Amino acid sequence: MATLSAKDFKSDQEVRWCPGCGDHAVLAALQRALPKVSTALNYEKERYVVVSGIGCSSRLPYYMDTYGFHSIHGRATAISTGIKVANPWLTVWQACGDGDALAIGGNHFIHAIRRNIDINVILFNNQIYGLTKGQYSPTSKLGAITKTSPYGTVEHPFNPGMLVLGSHGTFFARSLDVELALNEEIMTAAALHDGCSVMEMLTNCVIFNDGAHKALSAPDVKADHTIVLRHGEKMIFGKDRDKGLIYDGRKLRVVKIGEGGFTEEDILVHDAHNDNIGLHRALAEMKGPDFPVALGVIRDVRDITYDDGVRDQVKDVMAKSTIHSVDDLLRSGTTWEVK
Amino acid sequence: MTHKVLDARDVVIRFAGDSGDGMQLTGSLFADMSAVYGNELSTFPDYPAEIRAPHGTVSGVSGFQVHIGSADVNTPGDYCDLLVAMNPAALKANAKWCKPTAMILVDDDSFDEPGLRKAGFTTDNPFVELGVEDRTLLVAPITTLTLESLAESGLDKKAALKCKNMFTLGMACYIYDRPLDYIFGYLERKFAKKHPEMIAPNRKVLQDGFNYAANVQAIPNTYHIEPAKLPKGLYRNITGNQATAWGLLAASEKSGLPLFCGSYPITPATGILEELAIHKSLGAKTLQAEDEIAGICTAIGASFAGNLAVTSTSGPGLSLKSEALGLAVMTELPLVVVDVQRAGPSTGIPTKTEQTDLDQALYGRNGECPMPVIAAHSPSHCFDAAFMAAKIALEHMTPVILLSEGFLSGGSEPWLIPSMADYPAINPPFVKGTLPEGEKFKPFERDPETLVRRWAVPGQKGLEHRIGGLEKTHSGSISSDPANHQLMVDERRAKVDKIASFIPPLKVEGPAEGDLLVVGWGGTYGHILSAVHEVGDVPFAHFDFICPLPANTAEVFSHYRKILVCELNSGQFASYLRGLMPGVNIVKFNKVQGQPFLVKELVDAINREK
Repeated sequence: MATLSAKDFKSDQEVRWCPGCGDHAVLAALQRALPKVSTALNYEKERYVVVSGIGCSSRLPYYMDTYGFHSIHGRATAISTGIKVANPWLTVWQACGDGDALAIGGNHFIHAIRRNIDINVILFNNQIYGLTKGQYSPTSKLGAITKTSPYGTVEHPFNPGMLVLGSHGTFFARSLDVELALNEEIMTAAALHDGCSVMEMLTNCVIFNDGAHKALSAPDVKADHTIVLRHGEKMIFGKDRDKGLIYDGRKLRVVKIGEGGFTEEDILVHDAHNDNIGLHRALAEMKGPDFPVALGVIRDVRDITYDDGVRDQVKDVMAKSTIHSVDDLLRSGTTWEVK
Repeated sequence: MTHKVLDARDVVIRFAGDSGDGMQLTGSLFADMSAVYGNELSTFPDYPAEIRAPHGTVSGVSGFQVHIGSADVNTPGDYCDLLVAMNPAALKANAKWCKPTAMILVDDDSFDEPGLRKAGFTTDNPFVELGVEDRTLLVAPITTLTLESLAESGLDKKAALKCKNMFTLGMACYIYDRPLDYIFGYLERKFAKKHPEMIAPNRKVLQDGFNYAANVQAIPNTYHIEPAKLPKGLYRNITGNQATAWGLLAASEKSGLPLFCGSYPITPATGILEELAIHKSLGAKTLQAEDEIAGICTAIGASFAGNLAVTSTSGPGLSLKSEALGLAVMTELPLVVVDVQRAGPSTGIPTKTEQTDLDQALYGRNGECPMPVIAAHSPSHCFDAAFMAAKIALEHMTPVILLSEGFLSGGSEPWLIPSMADYPAINPPFVKGTLPEGEKFKPFERDPETLVRRWAVPGQKGLEHRIGGLEKTHSGSISSDPANHQLMVDERRAKVDKIASFIPPLKVEGPAEGDLLVVGWGGTYGHILSAVHEVGDVPFAHFDFICPLPANTAEVFSHYRKILVCELNSGQFASYLRGLMPGVNIVKFNKVQGQPFLVKELVDAINREK
């Protein structure tokens, strides 16, 4: 099989996102990740299907030279589910926004996670409705001033990670649009994960919500306000890599290495593969000012997948049944002869 | 009293009781037995939406009507020859359906003071109160006799009381000269594995019921119904939902595409999903979705991936699917949407039948959004209708709505089992092989004759392409160009219109010209057929294909002065026909009561217009 490159995944369509939009970087990461995935898993290009709903980020399939389906608002997850069940050989990627996946499509989102259908969901979270020009979304911060909340919102936002883990998700990762290398790494891990992989990408909307993730992405604060989790590595962060996370028996705590009797030995090692969801939840829930926001693959555990279950059941019943054709079916059960 | 056995051409029996009394089972056993005996038959379950409505009340009455005969059984019958009423409420709810010559069999034990009051009777004589005291009344202490019959069986009282319906069934078998062997066999099969101890008691009660009826000297006449003169061959009973599911499986086999059904449970369509879920041995995949929208969207995804995709629902669910139907029209993907219509609007009367979703099927979407609409006309015809819906969807790359009805979904009739060798092939317009080097697949390039686009399925090498809800050019690029939009709108419409040349022409039963043509569509077929036979010499045309209409429709209509359109709505098909054929003199006969037509109503309507 010929080796694929990022160029093979670029379509001939002009990319029409605003200059400076965070979606450009996520697209670039995906186009770089898929060749690696293809090599790792021996996947041909025709195996990829990219699905989306409606919104700015949902234009993504048009920019990928793969099979693509730009569907309707909120329903991408249901379309992806149907594709994967119909043909589990295909590898399904999905682009959706915070309004798309968590408001109008919230139901499909949680049920895909609950079923653990083997699809890869990139959730572009810019905390705003961009395509409709600036209304608040289910992830907008409490008090956010937008066109439909001129006096500030009076509703709490979702933390998508908590929604995923609350639905007992098997894979959750979080990252910033600008983290190209990390995003490639996350996307590759998602592809290798058997089950529903949700990747929350904190993206910047330059027009309607510029700087929404500035507190995490600005170069001067990033190292202190975020922590990149990698399986098997110590949970250490900070500009000087002198801060770490410990578990004090009841909750997570940030400690300074070398102060208060804490040494590097005391710092937690990230175990993304541990089925116990409690610590993953605590990590996904961390936020400033007391905690860094967790980036990277927070959870990656094995469990049965829906698509395998459907396929295996069909195989199993086929092997046991005496009905192998419609003619058999029509003549099954009670029949009688009129002579 | 001298007992006579009379020959009857056909009889109608209505079993009615509390919704926990097992009347659906009793009725279907009677029907199945009569089918095996060789009668023609038609059934109609009539039950409340509540699983166990308040005991003994009129709202909790569940009924099952069976029409058996030696010829011309097209409907479950308007009025019954025997009403079985297991309690006062069942009598109250059903007395109006008794023929003047009917027998009424009641369980005397339930006609006590509290039972009468619960059913809302104000006197101690419910028969007089309902004006049916002149019918042949068979008042039997069924509860007492059942308990006596099982006194030695070792069953506790609760278990013994559950066998009451078998006593009634035994009596009905005596009255209509039915052999008990079939039911004995059924009891063996049903209880053999889990409750073998229930076989003997049920058998005994059934036999005792039969013997009681023979000995009680209260039944003036019994009736013999000769087997019908049916075409030779192997027969089975089939319900509408079962036939729909099987027709889809047949299309899956003929097209060589795996069947995928994404559905959400909804009365009265759930039986289709349940039936398909059983048949994984034929490769059917069923997905019980989180909601109606997910039902259709998973199906659309499965269609994109190359399966024969189906979603089944009823009216309220079809409303929820509207936006996704538009997506299927826009992306030109094959999809079968089964709508088993029920009484609406909104939740309406979920267990009752209607034909009120026709407008929704034809028009219920945003934008110019044409879609073929097909209707099934009898329980067994659901098989052919589902097969045709799938064939049209797959060969013409379009979603198709198949309209069934509550009346068809649970109703059953004997069916001469077809052979799959007699069904046509299904050939979807797949792209075969690969394209020349450097050439890109153009998803909306069309066959010049049929305007059908080609189908490239993910996984096929070199055919990568993108589809979606945004307007596109033939090559698949997004376009908001005014002229391109007009072209695509026109082509999507014309593609559906052209299906008219692939469907059978409209047939008229009866004279090929005259003053009046009676017209119907969907599940009213049997009733209208019986009515035109009764009136005699009235031409009748029934539509299985609604959008597009058969190509010869206008020509057929031109031979009649007046077209009488009969339908279970306020005139939706009549309006549709008027819109397409403005000059035609269309009159209508409608009923929207959640009930099928009565043949008598139709006879009167036809005679008025004649």
